Amino acid sequence: MSELRFTEDHEWLRAEADGSVTVGITAFAQNALGDVVFVQLPELQSYDKGTEAATVESVKAASGVYMPLDGEVLEVNPALEDSPELVNEDPLGQGWFFRFKPADANAVEQLLDQDAYDRLIKAQDDN
Amino acid sequence: MSTEQLLKTPLHALHLELGARMVPFAGYDMPVQYPLGVMKEHQHTREHAGLFDVSHMGQILLSGADAARALETMVPVDIIDLPVGMQRYAMFTNEQGGILDDLMVANLGNDQLFLVVNAACKDQDLAHLRKHLGKYCDIQPLFEERALLALQGPAAVTVLQGLAPEVASMTFMQFAPVTLLGTECYVSRSGYTGEDGFEISVPAQHAEALARHLLADPQVQAIGLGARDSLRLEAGLCLYGHDMNDSTTPVEASLLWAISKNRRAEGSRAGGFPGADIIFAQQQNGVARKRVGLLPQERTPVREGAEIVDAEGTVIGNVCSGGFGPTLGAPLAMGYLDTAFTALDSEVWAIVRGKPVPLKVSKLPFVPQRYYRG
Repeated sequence: MSELRFTEDHEWLRAEADGSVTVGITAFAQNALGDVVFVQLPELQSYDKGTEAATVESVKAASGVYMPLDGEVLEVNPALEDSPELVNEDPLGQGWFFRFKPADANAVEQLLDQDAYDRLIKAQDDN
Repeated sequence: MSTEQLLKTPLHALHLELGARMVPFAGYDMPVQYPLGVMKEHQHTREHAGLFDVSHMGQILLSGADAARALETMVPVDIIDLPVGMQRYAMFTNEQGGILDDLMVANLGNDQLFLVVNAACKDQDLAHLRKHLGKYCDIQPLFEERALLALQGPAAVTVLQGLAPEVASMTFMQFAPVTLLGTECYVSRSGYTGEDGFEISVPAQHAEALARHLLADPQVQAIGLGARDSLRLEAGLCLYGHDMNDSTTPVEASLLWAISKNRRAEGSRAGGFPGADIIFAQQQNGVARKRVGLLPQERTPVREGAEIVDAEGTVIGNVCSGGFGPTLGAPLAMGYLDTAFTALDSEVWAIVRGKPVPLKVSKLPFVPQRYYRG
């Protein structure tokens, strides 16, 4: 398993051996959202970077999950339909959202690494 | 708004100590949830007991021989015959019949009435009372002096009777001065969760000790505003500023039950409150829109502000409160609909992120109320 990459919108990405990329939201994000009660997953289609691909509904509010890079969604996590709480319980594992094929295979490496992401959330916590 | 400008309740330091996540609400820095989280806080309240800090709400004391008669001119509710030791739900109306605020009125005896009004409206309510009642009775705001705690849930009575055995025999909406930990408090058997429980008005300097004592009971958990909202929504209760406001009347808000029989058009003290003619005409002739319960037929929560359409896509209303009901185990909402669509089980659609979500008009409350009526 390769190391995780992150976006400033608190998504994590993991490059898989087959060239696809798995996406979820971070532990920080699920904690900020609170109890997740519904996830609207993306369609199996191409999305531009920055478009709202999925929506996560907590007891408090709805929040968008943005496409981290240009790419085509190949698979969504069917377990979230009946068990949206997996996003809270196991955000980096069973709570994954979708898998996509990036238009640019190298683009993932340009995103934040663990150290950079940790600094980002530390800065937000200090605010 | 920076947190420095927000007001703090007497329990503010305790909330921080308990690890609450604080948010601005009605000008106060308030706990939206504790580490347990909204879902578990909600369930804990329904199964055991939850302690809520509602000290941001406004407590006002009216005193004088004419206080009840004077207050009756502001609300469509029987205040003159409100028995000593009883509390009643009421609302201030305006000349158009709109709701300026909703409130609780308790008769303390000795020509004293004790009011609890919404936090966001309390300054305006106080000005309203002073303007219209100032020459008939003494009006004393207790905003700084008193805190307000709500202890809600099936275990609330066993917990509170440990401090004052007499509370066990109180029934829903009874109100009494009760000594708790050596301090004279006002206790009512009421609340806003649909559960049995109590609201406790306590002098501000004694609030933290009382809260700590109640929280020391393993059945009691501190509960934030997040669960307070999901609990009241499941119970079908209105939140002022969302489910009603100064341009909705009690008839439109489906709060006709709160207008006392003797203040209605055919009653012995009919009218005599602002907007009475308009409200009576609406009762007689019906209204164009009404508040109803709505159950989304999919898992998607439907939030406040969402438009509601009919089968043709014509806008017929909007959602005023919506979210997820942890006890119901499903999303739930309330909304204002064209009266043509308010029959039970009517099918309508809310527009969520551009897509129609089917809704069914449902009876309220969504979860049965469990008040203790003796």
